[in-house]
Amino acid sequence: MCLAIPGKIIELNGEGLQRMGRLRFGPITKDVNICLVPDAQVGDYVLVHAGFAIHQIDKGEALKTLDLMENCEIKNEIS
Amino acid sequence: MLQCDLPHNENDAVLLAHGGGGRLSHQLVEKIIKPHFKNSYLNDSHDGCSLPLNLIHNLAFSTDSYVIKPLYFPGGSIAELAVYGTVNDLAMCGAEPQFLSCSFILEEGFSLKTLEDLCQRMGRAAQECGVQIVTGDTKVVEKGQGDEIFINTAGIGQLLSRRKICRSQIQNGDAIILSGDLGRHSLAIMAQRQGLELQSKFTSDLAPLHRTTNSLLKSGLNINCLRDLTRGGLASALFELQDERCLGMTLEKNKIPVHEEVQSLCEIMGYDPMNLSNEGCFLMFVPSSDQEETLAHLHHLNHRDAAIIGHVHCRNSYISIKNELDVETLVDWPLGDPMPRIC
Amino acid sequence: MKLVDEFRNPILAKKLLNKIHTSCTRHWKIMEVCGGQTNNIVRYGIDQLLPRTSVSSVELLHGPGCPVCVTPINMIDQIIELSLQHDFIVCTYSDMLRVPGTHLDLNQSKARGAQIYPLYSPLESLQIAAENPTKQIVLFAIGFETTAPTHAVTLLEAHRRQLKNFSLLVSHVLVPPALDFLSKNPNNRIDGFLAAGHVCAVQGLNEYHPLSQRYKKPIVATGFEPLDLIQGILLCLLQLESGAFQVENQYRRAINEDGNHIAQRLVRTVFTVSSQEWRGLGVIPDSGLSLRPEWAEYDAIRKFQITKVIPSSSALECLSGLIMQGLRKPMDCPHFGKTCTPSNPRGATMVTSEGSCAAYFKFRSPGVQNASM
Repeated sequence: MCLAIPGKIIELNGEGLQRMGRLRFGPITKDVNICLVPDAQVGDYVLVHAGFAIHQIDKGEALKTLDLMENCEIKNEIS
Repeated sequence: MLQCDLPHNENDAVLLAHGGGGRLSHQLVEKIIKPHFKNSYLNDSHDGCSLPLNLIHNLAFSTDSYVIKPLYFPGGSIAELAVYGTVNDLAMCGAEPQFLSCSFILEEGFSLKTLEDLCQRMGRAAQECGVQIVTGDTKVVEKGQGDEIFINTAGIGQLLSRRKICRSQIQNGDAIILSGDLGRHSLAIMAQRQGLELQSKFTSDLAPLHRTTNSLLKSGLNINCLRDLTRGGLASALFELQDERCLGMTLEKNKIPVHEEVQSLCEIMGYDPMNLSNEGCFLMFVPSSDQEETLAHLHHLNHRDAAIIGHVHCRNSYISIKNELDVETLVDWPLGDPMPRIC
Repeated sequence: MKLVDEFRNPILAKKLLNKIHTSCTRHWKIMEVCGGQTNNIVRYGIDQLLPRTSVSSVELLHGPGCPVCVTPINMIDQIIELSLQHDFIVCTYSDMLRVPGTHLDLNQSKARGAQIYPLYSPLESLQIAAENPTKQIVLFAIGFETTAPTHAVTLLEAHRRQLKNFSLLVSHVLVPPALDFLSKNPNNRIDGFLAAGHVCAVQGLNEYHPLSQRYKKPIVATGFEPLDLIQGILLCLLQLESGAFQVENQYRRAINEDGNHIAQRLVRTVFTVSSQEWRGLGVIPDSGLSLRPEWAEYDAIRKFQITKVIPSSSALECLSGLIMQGLRKPMDCPHFGKTCTPSNPRGATMVTSEGSCAAYFKFRSPGVQNASM
């Protein structure tokens, strides 16, 4: 449930609930509603579900996660 | 004083009378349709036509109907589809396509200008394929009873050899070869419907395949079966090729060519490339001893993405795929057209 | 695609799986709650790659994580009834089209003349409403917490645009009450949970701490790609092996502790928590969302007198309820793959690809499929 994929913001326009972002998903570009992630800027990656960006993606954390997997150093970082 | 009630067509739309068999019908065929299909068989203007076939081997015969929306898409239109689709069906029988029929069902109010444009495109497509549209029919239904235009084409062509090319010829051990990458036609349609912009100039793979299949057949390669991918995609084609012998087929996911644009579309909408449609891509089943030579031949004919994607076996009767993690799972045969998901 | 392909790397998958195999010393059962995770686990065959010996194993149980599957039958029946009225257009996610009601599904209703518009985004329904002012447009608003903010925005936009012919038929479900329901069952066999990554992206992790403490089960918020799932399983296993029971965040690139405040505020503006029936499980208190009274004019339930909760025999229609609680597997059902298939589903878990029965039917390995049929 909750199919959502990362896209990169290449353009922003609008305000409030009508704030829209032009996002790149690989070689495809699609317009998406960005009002739920108003702090996202051009160049940021966001998670897109049902035509809405629902959360920003932290590229640094993504790389850290891949590093951990690579080294298989699983420290129990309990929240 | 009596008024003449013959409809006077001063606008640019199809009227019910255009399908009535009277003067307007005649004008529609003579002025808008026939001029673009130019051939001597049509000049006879008869109910049917007689054709010189000079058969050496059997005749192949196929038909298909075309209802696509939108009518125009990147890479073509319903017109080219109506010609290439039936040409390709004949090609998959191992035949040289020769003659087509063409039937239109038009919705009242459909643009005459669009109809003429589509006829022009059909004529060009037929010429490009070396086939002739020799007979046909036109009907008009009331507004709301149709959807702009439906086209049916039927076609005949002579088989190039006595050798049967169909699913019953598929053998245990055969290599499964795909002539191109998956999902281009779906992407071209979806891009328009969903407002997707494509970075590169990406079009449907709509194309006639008979010159490729003719070349392969004349090369002396052993070809057990040919099948073009249309609606339902690769998955449907494979399931339809299983017969009562229930041979299994195992694919390798990393060998199946999928371009980045199609992969991205699948990620966004929740599709599987195996279920997306193509209109210029086909499957070949050849003995594994011939697989490399067949592949080389395809590459030579400019099918750059052609690949050996799996093999037929008798271990079980399933269609399965080995994924990125090297696990073999069953291929799904969906009930209908792929639809966007939120789940 | 960036940030997707990297998390499908088979070499890293092998590393993580090796770690799972060397770390597992006992038999453990981990439940993933999200249907998208179930689908990917079965599609990639991840469950087949986990340890399975006489002394140690990791068995995955598949929870009620598919909002499509758990939409109550009576809601399906009522949206179908609305759709068959000539001045209605129903806007729905395509996932819902083949879900069977008592007699029909929405596809069959369309064949009988109903106007059904399949959506990618709920905002498309506003365009339909604007273009059809003489028709009633009903958005079938289903989903978990991930989708609720999108419906909140859609309603607020409808209000701004004064689209009086627009309403939502809401059937939202919430994950933490479902985890509570599952864990409360004294017969439950669940040792730990993988929480739904995108739900947690919106909601954060705060609601899960009391659950892990109360039931002493680790909860790992996990993503959806193969590496995410395998790493989530590994983290849960390591907690189980060490006796820990904490909330842990595997999907750090998309989840933070507090979630998306803006999304949560918009949901609170529009919705209130209410009781909800889950198809196959029955009524779970405070496990759903309803529109707040001030939005009554956009509430299809109020506007068209729809009955939201009818505890029905759907809870007992087949094994799906027990399967969603992890008490049975799809192959345990005598109907699985025989009289119950995706084209002829008997219960919640076979109706869409995110249901565990459907996922098993479609993506099972040939060997397992053979054994089950």
